[in-house]
Amino acid sequence: SSWWSHVEMGPPDPILGVTEAFKRDTNSKKMNLGVGAYRDDNGKPYVLNCVRKAEAMIASKKMDKEYLPIGGLADFTRASAELALGENSEVIKSGRYVTVQGISGTGSLRIGANFLQRFFKASRDVYLPKPSWGNHTPIFRDAGLQLQAYRYYDPKTCSLDFSGAMDDISKIPEKSIILLHACAHNPTGVDPRQEQWKDSRDTLSSLYWRKRNLLVYFDMAYQGFASGDINRDAWAVRHFIEQGINIVLSQSFAKNMGLYGERAGAFTVICKDAEEAKRVESQLKILIRPMYSNPPVNGARIASMILNTPDLRKEWLVEVKGMADRIISMRNQLVSNLKKEGSSHNWQHITDQIGMFCFTGLKPEQVERLIKEFSVYMTKDGRISVAGVSSGNVGYLAHAIHQVTK
Amino acid sequence: AYRTDEGQPWVLPVVKKVEQLIANDNSLNHEYLPILGLPEFRANASRIALGDDSPAIKENRMGSVQSLGGTGALRIGAEFLRRWYNGNNNTATPVYVSAPSWENHNSVFMDAGFKDIRTYHYWDAAKRGLDLQGLLNDMENAPESSIFILHACAHNPTGTDPSPEQWKQIAAVMKRRSLFPFFDSAYQGFASGSLDKDAWAVRYFVSEGFELFCAQSFSKNFGLYNERVGNLTVVGKDADNVQRVLSQMEKIVRTTWSNPPSQGARIVATTLSSPQLFEEWKGNVKTMADRVLLMRSELRSRLEALGTPGTWNHITEQIGMFSFTGLNPKQVEYMVKEKHIYLMASGRINMCGLTTKNLDYVAKSIHEAVTKIQ
Repeated sequence: SSWWSHVEMGPPDPILGVTEAFKRDTNSKKMNLGVGAYRDDNGKPYVLNCVRKAEAMIASKKMDKEYLPIGGLADFTRASAELALGENSEVIKSGRYVTVQGISGTGSLRIGANFLQRFFKASRDVYLPKPSWGNHTPIFRDAGLQLQAYRYYDPKTCSLDFSGAMDDISKIPEKSIILLHACAHNPTGVDPRQEQWKDSRDTLSSLYWRKRNLLVYFDMAYQGFASGDINRDAWAVRHFIEQGINIVLSQSFAKNMGLYGERAGAFTVICKDAEEAKRVESQLKILIRPMYSNPPVNGARIASMILNTPDLRKEWLVEVKGMADRIISMRNQLVSNLKKEGSSHNWQHITDQIGMFCFTGLKPEQVERLIKEFSVYMTKDGRISVAGVSSGNVGYLAHAIHQVTK
Repeated sequence: AYRTDEGQPWVLPVVKKVEQLIANDNSLNHEYLPILGLPEFRANASRIALGDDSPAIKENRMGSVQSLGGTGALRIGAEFLRRWYNGNNNTATPVYVSAPSWENHNSVFMDAGFKDIRTYHYWDAAKRGLDLQGLLNDMENAPESSIFILHACAHNPTGTDPSPEQWKQIAAVMKRRSLFPFFDSAYQGFASGSLDKDAWAVRYFVSEGFELFCAQSFSKNFGLYNERVGNLTVVGKDADNVQRVLSQMEKIVRTTWSNPPSQGARIVATTLSSPQLFEEWKGNVKTMADRVLLMRSELRSRLEALGTPGTWNHITEQIGMFSFTGLNPKQVEYMVKEKHIYLMASGRINMCGLTTKNLDYVAKSIHEAVTKIQ
């Protein structure tokens, strides 16, 4: 007999299922809109030029392969923090922060979750927007925290449920942990407007949260990739810090530098002062060591080379804007093509939403028809990855959507 | 980490070659790997540990999880065991770690949620060797289903491994008492210079029908320290069991790092799947192992020539990167303060720090420490 007779088969990953079915489909017009990675206008993965250049520079330096420190590559973590907070940030200048390298966004979120479980004794509750990235819930749960939700997406308007969010957030108990998507909300693409973040009368405001004593955890996986402007995409993060809220932050370079499989990310804790930051850093290292000892170098070196080499950094900013612009252009073309098809529905949310993903508003039955009749693959919640749309297939997509919604 | 005779880090020549191949391959990109890792890496890595003719491979009852170094493999295995072994979520299952062991073993299992971490006798300081009787006694008295972390070869920090005969005795007790073997294999090839010899214990346990985990690291034997290349090999009773285990490990991976880093895995997979590059790699590994073996024999012969009190055969009988010299804390302090030779208070030295240039100085210093300080 086996030790494992009672081990259940794990449930199949829903998004993986979409890709598997797509692969099996023989229709030449098939489209995979489940993919969570950027594609160029030919539907191909895109390795950034600045990444290739950085790799060549790194190769020419003939560096060794000695272990990184537990907290990661210092040039990388410093540059990550500056990218998120802005070089002139008072936090950076005073050193009242710690940034550790993490295994892309997931690993950074997990380090943060473990840290909060161990040291944030005030509460076990993490409030996520409804809906949120599917992996947020199991990450926080495996770290030993409890999950709660606040209303966020309004399926009737395919945009922000402003009053619902205000209502729910006002009821969050003091000293709870609240997670916010910094930009390009995943999976809806619905972001609050700057005025909504700022307005001190409403509950999305940072001032409100400072009064409410909530621990704010920002997940920023798309800086630069959302609007094309790294400063604009980091606005909410910086605004909260300027309002005196010591946030914690997870960053990913998977999308904005196309470094997906290299796992480059960072976790930051804004502290009271540099001395507190040192203590926090020591505890983060104690958490990391029994997880994987120290992080992988390759992605961090590439990201660091790009961020810290002026010419490469300039080039990167152009390339990341290029990716964002293509996505925005596809959104525009999808809407105009839907109009051309004669659709009478309001598709404004497609262009109002931002980032890689779009909540189309399509219902499960409509999604099923798209898959079966048109070989257009997406997840049942009607989420599409705009990255999977190209000028070559946007017409077909509009046609298919119109057929199932008219 | 390994050092050359010039005291420098060493990027293996085969690694440099393969990195160039990867850099020149324009068909490659940076897309996500599957959650469990690069398939060619996983299959080859497990094959290296288990052997080409392993019954576990032939009978399709093994699985692999690409992990962030050996540490990552240990952690995924530990997290899985805590959830699914010996009942569901049985955090009370005792976990046995050798005395002494790599300090991180304790932390890995503790952070994975195990509440009862114990030591098993291992190092006999008096005779400077394996305390086999103590080890076997601990296994006899351990509660059934206890988990034992076994060092596959080149025990860290003592450098003292059981002989094949001793491993057979260990396996017999573990089978009779239903104890779970979790191997930590961080030095395959690096210890003796032979991949097969260094994997003997793991393969013996597989041939004896055990279900086991083996956490593999490619940090030392490929010199890929900072790329974090590791693999958790799972051997089960049959394919169905292994499949279910892997499906649950996938869930654990997803909330820990989602999917593993690709660069290091590509280097290893490319090397292991090419007969020519594989031979080249084995040569590079032997180069490292031989240098360490040479330093061991040179140090021992110098100490014996100096007539340093005590016996020094343990220097060459021990294996791998580390050696428990037998120096006591006062003698160690002398070495550090007076001779500027840095070693651990336990008397552990890193053999990689020895070079042809410093052998005489180190031997003389040990001689002084032992004769001057008791």
